Amino acid sequence: MAKRITTPLDDETIAGLKAGDQVLLTGVVYTARDAAHKRLIALINEGKELPIDLQGQVIYYVGPAPAKPGDPIGSAGPTTSMRMDPYAPTLMEHGMKGMIGKGMRSKEVRDAIARHRAVYFAAVGGAAALIAKRIKSAEVVAYEDLGPEAIRRLYVDDLPLFVIDDMYGSDLYEQGVAKYRKD
Amino acid sequence: MGCTKPRVIQAADIADSMEKLCISTCCNLPDENLKRIEAFAATEESEVGRQVLDMILENHRLAAREQRPACQDTGLAVVFLELGQDVRIEGGDLVAAINEGVRRGYEKGYLRKSVVDDPLFERKNTRDNTPAIIHTSIVAGDKLKITLAAKGGGAENMSAVAMMIPAAGVEGVRKFVVEQVRKAGSNPCPPVVVGVGIGGNFEVAPLLAKKALVRPMGSKNPNPAYAALEDELLEAINKLGIGPQGLGGSTTALAVHVEYAPCHIASMPVAVNLNCHVSPHQSITL
Repeated sequence: MAKRITTPLDDETIAGLKAGDQVLLTGVVYTARDAAHKRLIALINEGKELPIDLQGQVIYYVGPAPAKPGDPIGSAGPTTSMRMDPYAPTLMEHGMKGMIGKGMRSKEVRDAIARHRAVYFAAVGGAAALIAKRIKSAEVVAYEDLGPEAIRRLYVDDLPLFVIDDMYGSDLYEQGVAKYRKD
Repeated sequence: MGCTKPRVIQAADIADSMEKLCISTCCNLPDENLKRIEAFAATEESEVGRQVLDMILENHRLAAREQRPACQDTGLAVVFLELGQDVRIEGGDLVAAINEGVRRGYEKGYLRKSVVDDPLFERKNTRDNTPAIIHTSIVAGDKLKITLAAKGGGAENMSAVAMMIPAAGVEGVRKFVVEQVRKAGSNPCPPVVVGVGIGGNFEVAPLLAKKALVRPMGSKNPNPAYAALEDELLEAINKLGIGPQGLGGSTTALAVHVEYAPCHIASMPVAVNLNCHVSPHQSITL
């Protein structure tokens, strides 16, 4: 049975999430992938203000397809998270509490998740048309020149996710392989 | 043999066909893919795995029904052209016509533009998904066959080439392919399709692996030894436990396709090119 949670994520919600939990997430999430992360980290390194306030926020690693007329967004499934590994710990230091993507994270990211009491979720990669149905609004809030890589503010309603890495150090991918591997 | 009169194909018709092919490839996945996912869903050991496969099937049907791309990553347009030597193209050049079709297809189909002009420094999006990557073979006949693989980045990044020695043999190939899928884990959107290219040389092996991916999903190599290798690799990969989306389970790959070519007496190049479960590719013949 999936747990319903809302953004921004508070400490109590995050403490209640365990690797393997299925959740339905509702609220604002921000999109960012490779190019947007590079720019956010450059701003942090220069001591400048970010275009979004990261406190308690969730970043969804996605570059959506263009919206058809009348739709808020086009197909919008997760991209591979490991490409954001070099940047994620710094964003957690600046308040980010959740990440949505797909695929394994580095040890550095998992350590940072535990240290900052954050959480990493996976959405179903390649189920992009279905996921788009759970996105009720989308607006570009920064870096429009990046096209699909611009930062967008999404409002999602019951977005289906799996908890992969929880703040206690557990990882669903490791658990899954251990359970079903046949030697 | 006398002088064959060339068959004329207009560049504008090539561009129009390419435009339609881009949209159809990304939105309409072949029935054989859906049937194959259904078959694996029936035997998947993990309940969560079955749930994920059902969600993927629902997604792919929704995509076709509403003509939306099944995945937001509508890829780099990888185009295989089989150009009959008795074809004459008029009204423009072939490469420009393909790119024009890609430009229009990705715009009209609301497909994502995922190409940057310079890989290292500027990485500026070209905003129209061109240029396509085009591989052209000149073949007998007076037709032009266009095959499009809308190749996403996530699975492509998990691909590799090994320059093996002949002594590595079947065991060497098996270890390399299975290890590559194991290392890729949850990243390439499993269940994956595994394209394997064996032989040729340093540049041919990956091209064979890519060609393996545009075969109908689950089709067999006509050489029985290679067909048996495909079965053996699929079985070994599905023992890894990675499962749908890497959440654990018995369906890590939907198919393994092997293509091979003659090679040097000193060499045995092997390439692994991965595709996600969406695996969008289609062909059209003019």
